[in-house]
Amino acid sequence: MRKKLNEVDSGKLFLSGNEAIARGAWEHGVHFSSSYPGTPSTEIMETIGKEYPEIDAQWAPNEKVGMEVVAGASFGGARVLTTMKHVGLNVAADPFFTLSYIGATGGIVIVSADDPGVHSSQNEQDNRLMGRAAKVVILEPSDSQEAKDFTGIAYEISEMFDTPVLLRVTTRICHSKSIVEVGPRVEVPVKGYEKDIAKRVPIPANARKMHSRVVARLAALEEWGYDSPLNRIEMADKSVGIITSGISYQYVKEVHPEASVLKLGMTNPLPWRLIKEFTDQVDSVMFVEEGEPYLEERIRAHLLIDGKGSEMMSVEGELNPELVRSGISNGASLPLTFDAIPLPGRPPTLCAGCPHRGAFHTLSKLKASSTGDIGCYTLGLMPPYNALETVVCMGAAIGVLAGIEKAVGREKMPKLVSAIGESTFVHSGITGLIDMVYNGNTGTVMIMDNSLTAMTGGQENPTTGKNLRGEPAPALDLVKLVSACGVNHIRVVDPHDLPEMKRAFVEEFEREELSVIITKRPCIMQYKPKRKTIAVHDPEKCVHCKLCVKLGCPAISWDSEKKVPVISEILCWPNCNLCVQVCPVDALSKDLEGVV
Amino acid sequence: MSKVKNIIICGTGGQGILMASEVLCSAAWRSGFDVKKSEVHGMAQRGGSVSSHVRFGDKVNSVLVEKGAADVVLALEKMEALRWVEFLSPEGKLITCDLQIEPMTVNTGSAVYPDVEKIIEDLAIPNLMIPVMDIAKELGNLRVMNIILLGAASKHLPEISEKNWFEAIEERVPPKAYQVNLEAFRRGKAL
Repeated sequence: MRKKLNEVDSGKLFLSGNEAIARGAWEHGVHFSSSYPGTPSTEIMETIGKEYPEIDAQWAPNEKVGMEVVAGASFGGARVLTTMKHVGLNVAADPFFTLSYIGATGGIVIVSADDPGVHSSQNEQDNRLMGRAAKVVILEPSDSQEAKDFTGIAYEISEMFDTPVLLRVTTRICHSKSIVEVGPRVEVPVKGYEKDIAKRVPIPANARKMHSRVVARLAALEEWGYDSPLNRIEMADKSVGIITSGISYQYVKEVHPEASVLKLGMTNPLPWRLIKEFTDQVDSVMFVEEGEPYLEERIRAHLLIDGKGSEMMSVEGELNPELVRSGISNGASLPLTFDAIPLPGRPPTLCAGCPHRGAFHTLSKLKASSTGDIGCYTLGLMPPYNALETVVCMGAAIGVLAGIEKAVGREKMPKLVSAIGESTFVHSGITGLIDMVYNGNTGTVMIMDNSLTAMTGGQENPTTGKNLRGEPAPALDLVKLVSACGVNHIRVVDPHDLPEMKRAFVEEFEREELSVIITKRPCIMQYKPKRKTIAVHDPEKCVHCKLCVKLGCPAISWDSEKKVPVISEILCWPNCNLCVQVCPVDALSKDLEGVV
Repeated sequence: MSKVKNIIICGTGGQGILMASEVLCSAAWRSGFDVKKSEVHGMAQRGGSVSSHVRFGDKVNSVLVEKGAADVVLALEKMEALRWVEFLSPEGKLITCDLQIEPMTVNTGSAVYPDVEKIIEDLAIPNLMIPVMDIAKELGNLRVMNIILLGAASKHLPEISEKNWFEAIEERVPPKAYQVNLEAFRRGKAL
């Protein structure tokens, strides 16, 4: 048996950035953590849950609640951590901006895991701009060692300067691994709660004073940053000086090792004295940063200097070594032996056995569609379903449906439903449903309950009956909740029961009142069936209609020579018989008896 | 050794790519090198293309392999191999298994699966095509395909000793699967 990492007190570990942040929080005595999962941040909480029982860690219904709970724990004198993806900080922006004014009793570190390149998100926002707007400290590590070390420094800064600290990481930091020197946990006492109304109640009279403190705090931090270990000058060839931060630093060192570099680990407030010292010593200045030209615009405007930056590379997507080489060296690249070969794409698909397939297949058959939301079920937009038409943000499926109805009338879109997962519904869909009831909407909301926050890798949520550590917890009853909102027509359907699924949609499309369909079937990540029973195809009976292929199941491909489906024995999911149901001539069969 | 070794392992979600790159990183670390690896989780899984970049040497900066710098591209699916050929260095080797997993775009008829063998031949890509399913079936375990490929790659990574490979495998697989994985590694190396 491998030791839990809380039993490892020294030595080196091969850690992802996320694992390193969890380690840094543990080593620095963090007491409490509350977060909502979101790629690429999720593994920070998962690592704490698995490896570091000394940290009391829990999943929150959404990022705003997570941040509010850690704020309260900080008021109680505990060291706290909350983690989220970049767009999660939008959800938590309200407590975030005011927590900056209130400050930190116990150290507060907020991790924003940004996703340049949009690997698994809906936008590429650069949360350094959010951190600056909220006037908090921003730290940007460039590898796993720094992810751990900066987390520790963040707690020191937070308590020394009475401020939340935004640890801004990106997908390549979160999901890359490198070697990390580790140390033991150092316990710090929980300070306890002390009443301090002037500090924690930002009524206007107090808020004005708080803002003054924030301004003074930033000035003090700016000076602290001058000789902080977070920022350093690596002086070499003085013809060009590159100012960089985060993962971009590593690309610069890779492709341009001879350049002088100013590596900024703290990117708000900026250490102006150090930056000026650097720019004064070099003939020309370049900025290499991923995302927005944040450093470039601030530094050029503040020091009134020239410098090349975003126009050499791009504000879009991720940086990589070839883009940085080309940007710094006027289009240079390594010699390529082969050109890129045009190939069919391999987009992600709903898994074989996925409960959502039954719902989207049925919508598609009915020539119906949905306003969508954030989760695995966003894949309902893909062929062969083409049954999801809008996505805005977490929870928006319901408000968007309500708005379309208000604009064009229900009669113009009778077959449009909301598609939202149970975790997303609890996160922020519930308020949209209350709005629909309150303002007289009549559409149909489909809550896709697979008893798991699935797309981020399978996390518990308030409906699953388990907490972050897998221990029993009260399960939120969605039927009662929806009913309490004032919805009179609620039905629960197994989305793999295709006739029932169809009946539910057809009847609710015709209903002139608001209704909710809860599709209930667990995610395949939830359980391992005891027996491997794959679908069997009888080519004698097959009429080559391809209806099974049109399910869009990754386990079913089409043999174009023999004109028959091929079922993959590796991918076919035991506890699923959608293909058996759609076959019009019983050419597909599956013995499901005894499968659990 | 001053030059950093660059390896890309690619394929589709659920094929054991991340496990293979963990074994490679562990073996390189055991051999005394600095190691970094990068991969993408989340929406990129669910049957989509998956890749892992591994770099090791005295000192590694970038976590990503640069185009034109890969010493080895290891592909657990043969069309995915073609997606990464532009990353091969002039001396780089492609190691592909003969597995064909059709993406949904092909299943639903909006795209055609390419003739991978012909493209490799026409472009004269230095490639070793491994009948990985046959070997895995002979060994009686379909989960060892990734280790067969690592065995084949090991010939191009002489900096890592066999002992370090074996220890890395032992660390990553359940005890009862250790022997079959060692055999898989040896079969790959013998190709």
